[in-house]
Amino acid sequence: MKERTFRQDHLLGIEHLSVDDIETILETAEAFIEVSSRDVKKVPALKGKTVVNLFFENSTRTRSSFEIAAKRLSADLINFNSSVSSLKKGETLKDTVLTLEAMNPHIIVIRHSASGSPHYLTTFARSSIVNAGDGFHEHPTQALLDALTIQQRLKTLRGLKIAIVGDILHSRVARSNIILHQKLGNEIALIGPPSLVPVEFEKLGATVCYDMRGGVKNADVVMMLRVQAERGASNYFPSIREYRNRFAISRELFALASKRAILMHPGPINRDVEIETSMADSEQSVILQQVTNGIAVRMAVLYLLKGEVHETLN
Amino acid sequence: MEEKIKAKIMDDKKMKRALQRLAIEILEHNREAEKLALIGIQTRGVHIARRIQGLVKELEGVDIPLGILDITMFRDDLHMHEHQPAVKKTRIDFPIEDRDIVLIDDVVFTGRTIRAAMDSIFELGRPATLQLAAFIDRGHRELPICPDFKGKYLPTSRRERVKVMLQEIDGKDQVLIMEPKGF
Repeated sequence: MKERTFRQDHLLGIEHLSVDDIETILETAEAFIEVSSRDVKKVPALKGKTVVNLFFENSTRTRSSFEIAAKRLSADLINFNSSVSSLKKGETLKDTVLTLEAMNPHIIVIRHSASGSPHYLTTFARSSIVNAGDGFHEHPTQALLDALTIQQRLKTLRGLKIAIVGDILHSRVARSNIILHQKLGNEIALIGPPSLVPVEFEKLGATVCYDMRGGVKNADVVMMLRVQAERGASNYFPSIREYRNRFAISRELFALASKRAILMHPGPINRDVEIETSMADSEQSVILQQVTNGIAVRMAVLYLLKGEVHETLN
Repeated sequence: MEEKIKAKIMDDKKMKRALQRLAIEILEHNREAEKLALIGIQTRGVHIARRIQGLVKELEGVDIPLGILDITMFRDDLHMHEHQPAVKKTRIDFPIEDRDIVLIDDVVFTGRTIRAAMDSIFELGRPATLQLAAFIDRGHRELPICPDFKGKYLPTSRRERVKVMLQEIDGKDQVLIMEPKGF
């Protein structure tokens, strides 16, 4: 058996990870799945470490998933809620983080609407930074938990066709998944209206497709994205009804995918917008398994980045 | 650190004999075989446990359950490593409450791995008894831990390393003492 070590100080994106790093995280996550199945769901691996959840955007599932993950590793966790914080009083992001760092946390988990904000923190912060979603850029733990789910169901992460459907333009989940499957050498098809699936994405090594039938055909994984109304996605197509008629996944369309195909969605789902209710609740749907795996993957990431204080870049 | 072989201590025949004796001793000591369960410590302890499980089946015709334990998350030196050691799988599919559990590892040295294993097991429940079988006891204990069953007592110096090689992993059964090159 190969002994693995993880040498990253931060998790900023899939972009910075090697295939070996990705496999190390997934193997570690598999070991942590067992912890969550115990009566006493706790191990002392991060005892005495402090994790700060710094969320500048609304999030229930990702924030609570990181929270449960930290607690199952015996870390202490602080939830920093930007809506009731000093940011409202005019404090800058840098000052907020410096103030939090004065309390000596080990790991800061950040979600921010500005792409690149986690990278910015690494220029002055001494903690390990985990990107929990930055603008339209990346959401690495989501891509990793998706990969773990695929591996569990399909027993492999190689030689697959991955179809990603919907608002690729605004989706950090899509971006992280494209980069990850690109690194693993999988075939990627991006499907959606031209306004949301710019042809430039072909530069990332994906195939762009404006028709569901062609895109979903023979796919091993069909990954649906949410129509992000709060990001103004509905300005990019004439009506929700037209979007649904052309890009919602139905039983009939899913039947074109490969026999073993699975249906994924990062949540929260809009039933009968991008996904037919009967499909969301079908055997092939792994949406809830994705949520469960999220905890194991985040435990693995928090464990591997143990958050020793590093030299900063400047 | 580069190392070289100092001595070959056991070959496959000797190892087989020692494993058989371990299996017999474990059975002698635990009269109620149906209460017995083995837990192997990752990685080599698991393979040794599996062999003992097979030998018990040959000797008595009973199937005793076998669990796999990874102690990484319970190590006392996690904060001392520059990079976190990889975590391997733990799989214990049977309730350990009121069972006689025999922990199995290839080499017992400082005793710190066994301490971590004990903590880990007590998180899972309260066994009736917890016993320790070590294939090699090489001395130098730093904790009050002593194996109930041992394949061989092997006095060593601290700078040496005992290498238990197993067919399943290394393609060959043998026990070697290694020492740093240049000694």
